[in-house]
Amino acid sequence: MAQVTLSGIRKVYPNGFQALTTTSFDIPDGEFTVLVGPSGCGKSTLLRMVAGLEDITEGELRIGDRVVNDVDPADRDIAMVFQNYALYPHMTVRKNIAYGLKNRGTSAEDIAKKVAQASDMLGLDDYLDRKPSQLSGGQRQRVAMGRAIVRDPALFLFDEPLSNLDAKLRNQMRIEIKALQRRLGVTSIYVTHDQVEAMTMADRIIVMNGGKVEQIGTPAEVYHAPASTFVASFMGAPPMNLVPAHAVAGMVRFAKTSLAVETHTDGPVTMGIRPEDLIPDTSGPLPFDVQIIEELGAHRLLHGVVGDEKLTVHVGKDTDVGTGPVPLSVKPGAISLFHHETGTRL
Amino acid sequence: MKRAGFTTAWLPILLLVPQLIIIAVFFYWPAAHAIQSSFYLQDPFGFGSTFVGWENYTHLFSNSEYLRIAGFTVIFTILVTFLSLGLALLLAVKADKVIRGAHSYRTLLMWVYAVAPPVAGFIGLIMFDQSWGPLTEFAQMLGWDFTLGVTYFDTATAMVVVSVWKQVPVNFIFFLSGLQSIPKSVREAALIDNRSASGRFWDVTFPLLAPTAFFLLIINITYSLFDTFGVVDTLVKGEPGNNPMTLVYKVYVDGFRGNDLGGSSAQSVILMVLVLALTVFQFRMVERRIHYT
Amino acid sequence: MSDISADTLATDRSSAPPKRRIKWSTVVDHSVLIVGSLFMLLPLVVLIQMSSVPDVEVIKTGPSLQIGDQLDDNFNKAMFQASGFSGENTGTSMLINSFILGIGFAVGKIIIGMMAAYAIVYFRLRFATLAFWIIFTTLLLPLEVRILPSYEVVQSLGMLNTYQGLIVPLIASATATFFFRQFFRSVPEELVEAARIDGAGPVKFFIDILVPLSQTMIAAMFIIMFVFGWNQYLWPTMITTDEDMFTLVRGIKQITQDLEGTNIPEYGRANLLAIIAIIPPVFVVIFFQSWFVKGLTESDK
Repeated sequence: MAQVTLSGIRKVYPNGFQALTTTSFDIPDGEFTVLVGPSGCGKSTLLRMVAGLEDITEGELRIGDRVVNDVDPADRDIAMVFQNYALYPHMTVRKNIAYGLKNRGTSAEDIAKKVAQASDMLGLDDYLDRKPSQLSGGQRQRVAMGRAIVRDPALFLFDEPLSNLDAKLRNQMRIEIKALQRRLGVTSIYVTHDQVEAMTMADRIIVMNGGKVEQIGTPAEVYHAPASTFVASFMGAPPMNLVPAHAVAGMVRFAKTSLAVETHTDGPVTMGIRPEDLIPDTSGPLPFDVQIIEELGAHRLLHGVVGDEKLTVHVGKDTDVGTGPVPLSVKPGAISLFHHETGTRL
Repeated sequence: MKRAGFTTAWLPILLLVPQLIIIAVFFYWPAAHAIQSSFYLQDPFGFGSTFVGWENYTHLFSNSEYLRIAGFTVIFTILVTFLSLGLALLLAVKADKVIRGAHSYRTLLMWVYAVAPPVAGFIGLIMFDQSWGPLTEFAQMLGWDFTLGVTYFDTATAMVVVSVWKQVPVNFIFFLSGLQSIPKSVREAALIDNRSASGRFWDVTFPLLAPTAFFLLIINITYSLFDTFGVVDTLVKGEPGNNPMTLVYKVYVDGFRGNDLGGSSAQSVILMVLVLALTVFQFRMVERRIHYT
Repeated sequence: MSDISADTLATDRSSAPPKRRIKWSTVVDHSVLIVGSLFMLLPLVVLIQMSSVPDVEVIKTGPSLQIGDQLDDNFNKAMFQASGFSGENTGTSMLINSFILGIGFAVGKIIIGMMAAYAIVYFRLRFATLAFWIIFTTLLLPLEVRILPSYEVVQSLGMLNTYQGLIVPLIASATATFFFRQFFRSVPEELVEAARIDGAGPVKFFIDILVPLSQTMIAAMFIIMFVFGWNQYLWPTMITTDEDMFTLVRGIKQITQDLEGTNIPEYGRANLLAIIAIIPPVFVVIFFQSWFVKGLTESDK
């Protein structure tokens, strides 16, 4: 088990592209950390630098007490699960799982024991002598997991491991991976572009954008107190409503309405409200005009406008509304304010 | 055939006719004719021929010169195949690894593909020239008195060197493309699983290249047997004499120079059987070979 | 890899002292590649050097490091001075013949191959399988093993020393057909269905959709076939005896024979002819490298 420490890590590619601006953070021992962001945000680069598959341009990377900048991937005491599983196509499942152990000089007896343990844990017993090409996507995924588990590493790395699975299997594996990590207690870094995966699996989320870290926090923190408009719109589906507004003395003015808010800012701001924090309320101050209703079974999404600004409102299935005017009120304390130009939280 | 194929009846026939006529006239007819005349003895002056059964074949197999040429062809084929495959694999692995200059190396290592075998042979004549050839001088530096076209062994060496030089590029192209089609993540997984570079090569990269290597093995055998004709013809300057030659060259020499049509045809048929056997072998192996996808 | 990180570090020497690790494995990689490249390239350099100096010099010293001024003269000799008896096989005429053979062979093979492949893949034809096997069998036997009877056929058709006699028998193998069959089979099924719904008949579908879709494949095939045709040796040697029908590659034999038994062999001229025989196919392969490599490696499936 180990803590991972990044101090001033930076990555510049030979063509001059800066994939990661100077970044520092710790990943505490035993924690499940999810790196999330849109494609090209630098999350995979960061993971691959931790794995040793990319050179570190600048800064210092520690796994446990050891600086590993110049340590070969095979010597970093890590295990990695790849997006397309990266199973060795010419080896059986058993050999795939055992290969890393064999190279570390583990005795045949120990290998057999560990493979048996892992395959038992992952339900792979019937497939041990098959080749990867004879397995389904979900089974390959499990083999990749097995290959990681048997190494008994200090650190698990996951590079979008679920993105090639169908929706149903993805949900199931999400839970399994999380449970497995709990059980083994191994420090894990998990990269994904799927904010649902990030929210559901993480102890801590690191939201990245354009080569830099936007926010580090628990899922609840990231969701309820996004550090920037980027985080606000990236995390959550549907995303947070973001509208231009004007802050004056503890109030924010929007669509000819004043809403109470704790702030010391004056002047133009971007106001953010989560769709579920807007409540249909006949006495509500916001004159919302519903244009389209999305029926999702358990709940509904109301799409409409207040003045010229588009808003989305999330309501329970029992809320009886139709298109046309529906006044809204805002849940107390649910308003986030962001700088109108930089987008950072105020 | 496509499930939603067209049903017009006359068009496909019209489309197929040119191809079928050409192969009927220039493939099936000559091939059949070769088989037929291998059982006849042609009058040297062209006044008809006599059916002699298997005599042309039995004659060949009791002919020590033919057997010697067959022996040489086998050794030549093995040497050319393995030397060019080995060199190409080494170069492909390195070219796949380097980042700087990768494109230039690729170009420099593959252009010889486009050089015609007899031109390669001509270049060999220059490089191995008796009085000032750079490679002759190099051999002399090593104490080897190299005489192309005079000493059997030396001529054979030149044939092998030139044929390998000509064949490395094809193998290089295939190996490089094979290497590049190995998923990057599989190699990275190996990087995490095995710290030894040579271990990774033999455990992961090489097995994944095996289908390519096998395909190339067949290609190279065919090349050594047939396509080296131009190399051999140029290096012996059209005068086989005491020089080594390959089986295909012998077909040409006997048929064209010696006017031994029956014997030459029998040799052709033997080569046909050889190629067919190779192809059948290849298909059997392809069936059995693992498709990794 | 090591020098890349060192380069980027160099801008920030103050914050992180650069450690320029020389990876010996990288040095070895490059050395191997350089030696390999030289092994490929040096013969060509020797040829060029030799044709830049007077022939007398070559006889005395052989290849050297000296670059002379004879390239022009030798080039003129190579292109415009005939060898042989008829005086008709100048470099120029051989070059033209080579182009006719290379292009004629490539174009003929592609057209005939595409037509046949289209018939086999896209039509409900009772003999489709039979036709395929008849054509496919030709892949098994190279021309070299049936060279004599093929010669006789061409002779009896009166096609010796003609371009048809040179080109058509070479087309009698199914490589292109096979290649296009593979490609057509990989074209999505829905395309025919969509075209049929849009009212396109078989001819329209072929010309409007399949041919444009095959452009890359056609280019790749053309390069491979052009090189293959250009480099033919045995067949042209047998079929063409008139010197004005010689291709460059066919002419090589005569060029080497000319070097024999003369007092001052014309190495400059001979080498330049060899180089001229090399340049067009090499040029095509280098400049259309990606198509060529694609065509070559995909024909293996």
